[in-house]
Amino acid sequence: MARRGRGTGASTYASLWRLRGFVRPYRIQMLVMLVAAVAAVAASTLIPLVLEAVVDGPIGHHDRAALVPMFFIALGLGIAEAALIVARRRVQAVAIQHVERQIRDDLYARLQRLAVEFHDRWQTGQLLSRATTDLSTIRRFFGFGAIYFIVDGLQYAAVMALLFATYVPLGAVVLVTTLPVIWLAKRFGSGYSLVSRRVQDQQGDLATITEESATGMRVVKAFGRAPLMQERFGTSARTLRLSSLELVRLRARFWGWLTLVPNLTMAFAVLVGGIAVAKGSLSIGALVAFASLLVLLQFPIIDLGWILSMAQQAATAADRVCEIFDAPQVVADRPGAVPLGRAKGRLGFEHVGFTYPGSDRPVLRDVELVIEPGETVAIVGLTGSGKSTLAALPARLYDVTSGRITLDGADVRDLELDSLRRHVSVVFEEPILFSMSVRENVILGRPEASDQEIADALAVAQAGFVYDLPWGLDTRVGEQGLSLSGGQRQRLALARAVVARPSVLVLDDPLSALDVNTEALVEEALGRVLQGTTALLVVHRPSTVALADRVALLHHGVLAAVGTHHELMERPEYARVLAVAKDAGPVR
Amino acid sequence: MSTVDAWRGIAAEEVEEVPAHWSGLLRRRTRRLIASLAAPHRRPLTVIGVAILVSNLAAMAIPFLVGLGIDKGIAGVRRGDYLPIGAITGAIVVCAFGQALLYRVFVAGSGRVGQEILLELRERVFAHFQRLSLAFHERYTTGRMIARLTSDFESIESMFTLGLDTLVNAVLSVVGVGIVLLALDLPLGLVCLVGFIPLAFLTRWYTRESTAAYRVTRNAIALVIVHFTESLRGVRAVHAFRRQERNDEQFQQLSEGYRQAMTHSFRLLGIYWPGIVLVGNLTTAAVLLYGGLRVIDGQMEVGVLASFVLYLRRFFEPLAEVSQFYDSFQAAAAGFEKLSGVLDEEPGVPMPAHGRPLPAGGLAGAVSFHRVRFAYRDGPDILSGFDLEIPAGQTVALLGATGAGKSTVARLLARFYDPSDGEVLIDGIPLSALDAQSLRRAVAMVTQESFIFSGTLAENIAFGAPEVTEEQVIAAARAVGVDSFAAGLGAGYESDVGKSGSRLSAGQRQLVALARAFLADPAVLILDEASSSLDAPMERLVQSALKTVLASRTSLIIAHRLSTVEIADRVLVLEAGRVVEDGPPGRLLAEGAGHYASLHAAWRESLM
Repeated sequence: MARRGRGTGASTYASLWRLRGFVRPYRIQMLVMLVAAVAAVAASTLIPLVLEAVVDGPIGHHDRAALVPMFFIALGLGIAEAALIVARRRVQAVAIQHVERQIRDDLYARLQRLAVEFHDRWQTGQLLSRATTDLSTIRRFFGFGAIYFIVDGLQYAAVMALLFATYVPLGAVVLVTTLPVIWLAKRFGSGYSLVSRRVQDQQGDLATITEESATGMRVVKAFGRAPLMQERFGTSARTLRLSSLELVRLRARFWGWLTLVPNLTMAFAVLVGGIAVAKGSLSIGALVAFASLLVLLQFPIIDLGWILSMAQQAATAADRVCEIFDAPQVVADRPGAVPLGRAKGRLGFEHVGFTYPGSDRPVLRDVELVIEPGETVAIVGLTGSGKSTLAALPARLYDVTSGRITLDGADVRDLELDSLRRHVSVVFEEPILFSMSVRENVILGRPEASDQEIADALAVAQAGFVYDLPWGLDTRVGEQGLSLSGGQRQRLALARAVVARPSVLVLDDPLSALDVNTEALVEEALGRVLQGTTALLVVHRPSTVALADRVALLHHGVLAAVGTHHELMERPEYARVLAVAKDAGPVR
Repeated sequence: MSTVDAWRGIAAEEVEEVPAHWSGLLRRRTRRLIASLAAPHRRPLTVIGVAILVSNLAAMAIPFLVGLGIDKGIAGVRRGDYLPIGAITGAIVVCAFGQALLYRVFVAGSGRVGQEILLELRERVFAHFQRLSLAFHERYTTGRMIARLTSDFESIESMFTLGLDTLVNAVLSVVGVGIVLLALDLPLGLVCLVGFIPLAFLTRWYTRESTAAYRVTRNAIALVIVHFTESLRGVRAVHAFRRQERNDEQFQQLSEGYRQAMTHSFRLLGIYWPGIVLVGNLTTAAVLLYGGLRVIDGQMEVGVLASFVLYLRRFFEPLAEVSQFYDSFQAAAAGFEKLSGVLDEEPGVPMPAHGRPLPAGGLAGAVSFHRVRFAYRDGPDILSGFDLEIPAGQTVALLGATGAGKSTVARLLARFYDPSDGEVLIDGIPLSALDAQSLRRAVAMVTQESFIFSGTLAENIAFGAPEVTEEQVIAAARAVGVDSFAAGLGAGYESDVGKSGSRLSAGQRQLVALARAFLADPAVLILDEASSSLDAPMERLVQSALKTVLASRTSLIIAHRLSTVEIADRVLVLEAGRVVEDGPPGRLLAEGAGHYASLHAAWRESLM
């Protein structure tokens, strides 16, 4: 299985820190959250103090009149605490969800713009787990972990200061016990982040298998291979469980040790403090105060357990997210790329070579071909000869690895990508429809197309069947809509390219799923469209070759011959590819 | 309707809202699922429960020991007797270690049970998805299935990692402190318990609201996932037609929907949690006033009031913490609810666990359709009263225009669907009487989309036949011409063909799919447009392989290109779900005037 972007070492917080830009617009809200959290903690600490004062004061003195104002103070503090929580949650609800949404939207936008080559390598499941699971981990950290880390830190420092004020030697001892906490945290952190990364990667793997078994469902059913898929899924789920259990164990150990520290400190304080009191160097009241302060100290230490776990998971999640943001944009506008205004449509291949990344076998070698404006050239070749790759190059779905492709003389890589693709339309051998209305699917490349243009394009593609769909052009097709047959899908994909009115039309075996009659009708209509359009046609059948002015024969990635259909008929390999030799036709 | 909605177009049955009166039903179903998952873990759960209980008791003992140390220990030291303080310190240390150890047992144990439950549920849901019919999947869509198996589990998992111990803690504190309060002073204790009345109402409100809210978040995230996976799967078209910006807009709208849903559920907790805090604080204030008056009137000791006030804190604080746990429980419950919905879905094409045994010598492969009626969902009948007999070993070509019902016949024979009336039989055995394994031996189908799974080329070819040898894989591959490109892949048959075979051309993928089908060696082979992307020499190679493979086998071939039909013993022309022509291709041609003859003439012409 192709595994990319695996974590290699313990995560630092560098990636998480990089994502701070998403939080920055909400820094005021973050501050409000922090202040509210601190104030709520303060209020909740204050309430018992007030109560004690009340018990000691008015009630102890049987002062009925003084009781009422004290009641209102307690009431006020109580309401204030609740109100502070409300305020913090309100702000948090808005700010943090916005942060998560923004990262997700940016991530999606980035993914959409990463080249096809990137998507060939990365499993959709891995991408999905980054956009969902990892982002909620990050969101939880920014919303809770980070805030409470600061709140607890403040509380820790405050209590520590009070401890010192009470009795310096014991305070110093307590301060020393911070060291094992720090040591534990460090040890835990590095181990935890390694496993946390592994868990996240495995979650992505599981999502990948899920995605695959969902999209390949028909084949699984056709061969009754549900047990195999179940086994694959089970294996992956069990691997994930093992890693998750490792996380659980690490957490359990760390949290266990953490709770031990304050309690042992307490034992020590009782021993040393008790002796000090007996020896007269400490008052008993001070020891009691010290002990109750120590109790307060244990909450931040125990909290550190989950805060640190959350932080580590958020850090590795941020690593995974940043991998997407950092993925190189291999097909992008060069600096100084120029927009292409009006194109005549002269498409040139100059010494074009192409090798897929990670492979050492060139798919295309030294392809030389010029297609004049308005000319139609058919590419003919055996399966695997590189036809589809060649068809993907003019629109820069991939970039050539040697030589160059020119449009009206300019290297396509020097043109603005957006304008290039406006001029070059591609119809893929496998039609891709999205879960959108028929209309939206057809006007994909040219949203401003008029109803008449849509109708014309549908007519060229012989896609009149769309008018018979339940809601006509508004019917949703694609996976979440009405399912169409292979031939119907192909015709819509063709209409999509026609409506885009490109200067250059690249058709990669676009009629393979059509029956002969429909094909003939499409070809006839398409012939008219191709009159004024430069076209590159990948074809398997002689009938489609008839649309072409010239034919280029591709053999093992090399252009073996270029000429008219009749000229090439002289060459046996050409005739063989198209099966137009004498023995080809079945004669009965 | 916003523009984005307009783009998405109209489709039937969008409704995922749950009518109010279903709520109880859903909760029962969800509870049943959770109970069935927890049942096998009763023992570890008991151990975990005891561990956290004892751990809490140990933790509670520490302040008591500290008090003891101050009272008795110091006095001892003053007498020169270090034993009491030493013993007490020792006891604290023992409690501390005991507490830490048991807490660790609890965290590890509850984490383990959580993971076991997740695994069990994952496998159960996945298996059920596999059992559900294609009709279900077409309606449910892959994106939603992915959302169920990823995002819903995430919501459940975070419940397991998020402090189950707060719950135990809270129960302990509330019960313990409650008893203490009532024992200390009954009237004042009852005042405290009055606080439970608003709490009960608050919790009822929150349960109702958050159930609905989290249900919305589950649906909203599913929509995000659906769009995400669909557009990235079709990324080539996205690039080629510069769809990025409109996709961004659409995604942002869905993402915003999810954000709003999440924000809403956040806000609910933002009322519930401080609500509990407020009730606690109000009760405390009330106790202060009422208790103060009672003390002043001499009906109560001041010390009792002091204890009351201090205890009250320990009464309501854990409850406030539980509210956060309850929140994550509600989020998980929404996930459970969705999953229980999937698990409750009856498989539309159920397979018996132990089907009718196959004949000793294997199936011969005689197919018959007997008065079959079929319609997709609410659509019109595609087939009605459809009869067809295919003798064993016959190769049948199915022709007809789009929508004539060719693929439907093929899918019924592969048992993707069951007919709404009538029967499909193989050797006289209804398909519905076969178990999964027998059905796999009986029928295999190569569909229009030749899906490539991740893994090696060899694994993909052997997909339909788990028990074959490497030699058989290579032989099948060679028969259809896969070997022509296998060597060029780098590692030959062991090459990783990667993400949905993105490096293979459509033709190459079809060859792999064909090799897969040949190797599966079923009694009946169905080829639905299985060679449309092949070039002519490849197609001819496949033809000759087919001749061998199909010689002793029943087969049904759907193809637009008549070259494939040449090898058929019999041609059937379908029109609007009826057979309008039936006979050997030679005879149909000779008769001259029929559909097949005219199709054939057109095809011949297209070759010139």
